[in-house]
Amino acid sequence: MRFLFKTDYNQDIRIAKHSGYYWSYGVLLLLVLAAPLLLDSYYIGQMTQLYIVAIAGLGLMLLAGYTGLVSLGHAAFFGIGAYTEAVLTGAGLQLPFMEEPLVFSFVVAMPLAAIFAGIAGVVIGIPVLRLTGIYLAIATFAFAIVIEEVMSRWESVTNGYTGLLVDSIYIGDIDFSSGEPFYFLCLGLLILVILFSINLLRSPTGRAMMAIRDSEISAQSMGVNLARVKTTAFGLSAGITGLAGALFAHKLGFLSPESFTVLQSLEFLVLVVVGGIGSIHGAIFGAMFVLALPQALAIAKDYVPPEIGEMPGIEPFIFGLILVLVIIFEPYGIYGRWLKVKHYFQMFPIYKKATFKRQKAYMKSERLK
Amino acid sequence: MSLFKAENLAINFGGVKAVDGVNFEINKGECFTIIGPNGAGKTTIFNLISRIYDSTEGTMTFDGQDITRLPPHAIASLGIARTFQNIELFEHATVLQNLLVGRHCHSKTGLFSELMFLPSVRKAEIAHREKVEEVIDFLDLQHYRESLIMNLPYGVRKVVELGRALCTEPRLILLDEPSSGLNVEETQDMSFWIDDIKKDLGITVLMVEHDMGLVSEVSDQVLVLNYGRMLAHGSPQEVQRNPEVIKAYLGE
Repeated sequence: MRFLFKTDYNQDIRIAKHSGYYWSYGVLLLLVLAAPLLLDSYYIGQMTQLYIVAIAGLGLMLLAGYTGLVSLGHAAFFGIGAYTEAVLTGAGLQLPFMEEPLVFSFVVAMPLAAIFAGIAGVVIGIPVLRLTGIYLAIATFAFAIVIEEVMSRWESVTNGYTGLLVDSIYIGDIDFSSGEPFYFLCLGLLILVILFSINLLRSPTGRAMMAIRDSEISAQSMGVNLARVKTTAFGLSAGITGLAGALFAHKLGFLSPESFTVLQSLEFLVLVVVGGIGSIHGAIFGAMFVLALPQALAIAKDYVPPEIGEMPGIEPFIFGLILVLVIIFEPYGIYGRWLKVKHYFQMFPIYKKATFKRQKAYMKSERLK
Repeated sequence: MSLFKAENLAINFGGVKAVDGVNFEINKGECFTIIGPNGAGKTTIFNLISRIYDSTEGTMTFDGQDITRLPPHAIASLGIARTFQNIELFEHATVLQNLLVGRHCHSKTGLFSELMFLPSVRKAEIAHREKVEEVIDFLDLQHYRESLIMNLPYGVRKVVELGRALCTEPRLILLDEPSSGLNVEETQDMSFWIDDIKKDLGITVLMVEHDMGLVSEVSDQVLVLNYGRMLAHGSPQEVQRNPEVIKAYLGE
């Protein structure tokens, strides 16, 4: 066991709470940096995909896990980011007064894609601010359907269902849209987004977000401007998801509205819940889960009788089943389980099974609605 | 000198007049208590002051400023903090985080500098922490800094909520039933704290309370409400002898 002796307020602000963090996260960083040397290109592609999904997951985590606003429409922001990136780096920006379209380098286009998705988030955020819970989920769901429709109908820009080819991106001679350079680009952006999220959560705005999640009324009485913080959360969340979308455009190489359906939104939500709602680790674990599960199922298919393995709809069924089981038995998801395992080893051999036993919340505070 | 003044304050919910023509004036540095049977409109007055409800009629003035139509989030930075009858803490956060949220109305850092966690943010955070530590010392919460609210017993939550209100550095603090759910010793502690808040910190207290022992111990003025109307007003002793009040509580 480790006992922390605190002598300075900075110790509570620091990202690494003690020297153990440098070791564990240092080793992790070395491993992901060395991964291109150790793994073959298929797995590098998978890990790149993991980073992209994790970025999108973090975006939704800020909104659903930390601000308590459930969105069923994050595929829309993901799609907006992807199409913005594809158009800006490909055909370019063509405004009526311009003679030639303006084509951007991805260094500019990616932040622009994130900002554009963020603006879309703010725009959708303002009218739906008054909604909470299931109503908010339905409003965002409707928004996602509208955006999906826009992506398929606005053919002059998106090329509709014919699809849009995404150009490769270069700095000098290096192609940043595939292989190792793309791997490092995604990794770098993921680390950046994680750092931003941690910073946000240890400063007043992040705390205000958590305050809104737990009790809007007392947050308000403490001086939190609900409208402003919620809009900020929506905008940031959409922006981060848009950034992931921009990366995803290059990962796919070919965009079609089918990649940004409601199912994609659901997958993000499953990611957040299964990973562990209300934790940054949860977004990463959740991303691993949503990527690994289809693969695991594909492998498992060979080992079960064909009557079961070939059954239509078996994959979504198992997906849903796992979601339900997680909600019932491990409400804090994979990260919750991770904490328990960690605690077991830290406390060994005196770990008590009842340490994490959930108590019934007898004192549910009354909400003013 | 009056710090807070309510004139002809009224609110209707449909046909129900929850608060009806209430007038009172709270002097700087005193403890003003509102009592009354259940459903008398005590908490509604609190919700009117913290601007969760819009009053139908009347005006409220705080320190010479009209606050009748201010947005709810602007109340805290004026210097009015409150606690809730049914504890409204941030349950999935630690005591420290809860108290730091109390500092929100004093934070001036922008979103961009927070994302980068610039030195200015760090400096502000440490200044907030120092204020929070003063409150922790005042209320003896040192033990609980890192505990999650959901793992804390009721009595401690009550104190944390008081602490969170104190962290906003208020000039007027609204306590909604500070002793409800507390045992005799905890109620005694609470009455000492209310006294200290009044005398040492110089914060004016407005509270709703049922425990008459606590009320007569700390209050300077008592206002009795029944069915949203003022029934009596005066010192705790005067009010307790008032036949109308006895009638409202005990019947004839």
